[in-house]
Amino acid sequence: MERQAMKSNSTNPFYLVPYYLWIILFVITPIALVTYFSFFDISGNLTLDNYRNFFSSVYLRLTLSSFWYAFLITLISLLVAYPTAYWLTKTKHKNLWLLLIIIPSWINLLLKAYAFIGIFGLYGPANNLLASIGSERLQILFTDFSFIFVSVYIFIPFMVLPIFNSLDRINPALIDASRDLGASSWTTFTRVIFPLAINGVKAGIQVVFIPALSLFVITRLIAGNKVITLGTAIEQQFLVTQNWGMGSTIAVFLILFMIIIMMITGEKGGTLNGKVK
Amino acid sequence: MSGNSIIRFENVTQKYEGAGTVLNNVSFELQRSKFYTLLGPSGCGKTTILRLIAGFIKPTMGDIYIEGEIVNDFPANERQVNTVFQDYALFPHLNVFENVAFGLRIKKLKGAEIELRVMEALDFVNLPGYEKRKIDEMSGGQRQRVAIARAIVNDPEVILLDEPLSALDLKLRTEMQYELRDLQQRLGKTFIFVTHDQEEALAMSDEIFVMQAGEIQQSGTPMDIYDEPINRFVADFIGESNIVDALMIDDYRVRFANQEFECVDKGFNKNEKVEIVIRPEDLHITRIDRGQITVTVNSQLFRGVHFEISTVDEVGNEWLVHSTKKVEVGSRVGLDFEAEAIHVMGLNESEEAFDARLEAYGAAGYEK
Repeated sequence: MERQAMKSNSTNPFYLVPYYLWIILFVITPIALVTYFSFFDISGNLTLDNYRNFFSSVYLRLTLSSFWYAFLITLISLLVAYPTAYWLTKTKHKNLWLLLIIIPSWINLLLKAYAFIGIFGLYGPANNLLASIGSERLQILFTDFSFIFVSVYIFIPFMVLPIFNSLDRINPALIDASRDLGASSWTTFTRVIFPLAINGVKAGIQVVFIPALSLFVITRLIAGNKVITLGTAIEQQFLVTQNWGMGSTIAVFLILFMIIIMMITGEKGGTLNGKVK
Repeated sequence: MSGNSIIRFENVTQKYEGAGTVLNNVSFELQRSKFYTLLGPSGCGKTTILRLIAGFIKPTMGDIYIEGEIVNDFPANERQVNTVFQDYALFPHLNVFENVAFGLRIKKLKGAEIELRVMEALDFVNLPGYEKRKIDEMSGGQRQRVAIARAIVNDPEVILLDEPLSALDLKLRTEMQYELRDLQQRLGKTFIFVTHDQEEALAMSDEIFVMQAGEIQQSGTPMDIYDEPINRFVADFIGESNIVDALMIDDYRVRFANQEFECVDKGFNKNEKVEIVIRPEDLHITRIDRGQITVTVNSQLFRGVHFEISTVDEVGNEWLVHSTKKVEVGSRVGLDFEAEAIHVMGLNESEEAFDARLEAYGAAGYEK
């Protein structure tokens, strides 16, 4: 093993060039640029004011509310996706069902957002349904509810997929073994299935929570800018206020938060899931 | 049904959607504290029997009794039975101690008692000091022992073993055969062992059930099954054998290879078509004038313990001979054997009829 690794290192450094090039151009450079811009104010003077401003109450409240919404979206996605993924592993045509769940994620986010504007509109199908049962028409769009609902809808496939994969990889003999040793179905779930699929849950939380922190299309279209997240703030700083420095500063913090979340939800024990057939 | 019976199958049939009938009207009874082996080729239904006893599946028809109680509707977690799985099925997220303790924790025993019993079980399978290890740090043989410890720690009446040795190399497998047999005798529990390896079955069992196509072909002690196979399938499956078409002339007289021989079997119709079995180790190569049949040597293979010599007689029957002496390929030699070495099998004889006929030999002084 070691000799092989050394061999490939010493003889074929050339093959790694595209990889490093990619990393430098598309990962390191943008982060460096964002960090660089974060030290300039709107008129181009070198300053630390942006960072000082970020710790003002406005931005802290913004950060908190971003985290709160991302948390809600992740939690609800998880509550919906886990049973769905579990049920998927039990069905006969797993791959067909999985495909049906994944297909919506191939549709452009903007299209889906506009579709929901139609559905949730004052005279859209959702309100028509309410009216038909005698209720009065409600303002569904531009509320917290519609924001979270649509976000959850968009993120569910990303939550289902990793959970499904890790559940599906569990050796069925382990479940037999647990039952054989006297565990009920519930105990089998809590003591065997859940711990073995925990990495899928962590991966799902990662791929939902991190993008949910920086949502801005949905906040704008569905929540009508009533919900302001870190994502919307960055967009506004860059496109509306034209304050690239402050936008970059928020982006730097967003990147920091992402790194922290990845560290928290990252695989610690390592190869546990790889061991499971 | 005797008081010592622990498991009983009554006309159990198992059908799977798409796979047809896996078990066809199987009935048997197992005694307490014995080592049983279900032996047969893959797909014969042996693992299905194990899964039925464990409670992972329900029988399509028929009843299963454990300790005199019908358990058809009892799920696996309510049965006093534990399984050692083929690929061990150890929990990869738990260490050795927690794997073994799993069943005891479910029973909500006190911490001190769990510790005591787990240590005892690990001692029993020769793994003291391994309790903190992770499963992926253990070798195949060690995992095997953990799986056994995990089953015996719950003190079940019956332990089911689903081809537990198939993943081990030959030397370790032979070692584990001794250990399992020894373990069963020390524990005094009923072991039901599933395998497709006839040597394993012969070496370990009190009683063997030979299965084929969802039916039990024959059951009996290893000696019974080896010496008195009921039909061509059993004779062929258990050890090497020469099976030749023959004609039963009269009681104790059988005709094959164009000659009449004395034998020890009786109870057939006159001139009934039968098959005879002679084991390769019962055939002795000798001079033509001293042999009972004359054969030509086709090929010879050195097997270590013996030479495996393939010969053919004058009417075209093949005879496989195990001999410690070399012969010349192409030469003509005589084959000698004793009357007791010939075992006559009726065609399509049921196990009951076969047993009844063997019983009758008792009067004729036939001892096996």
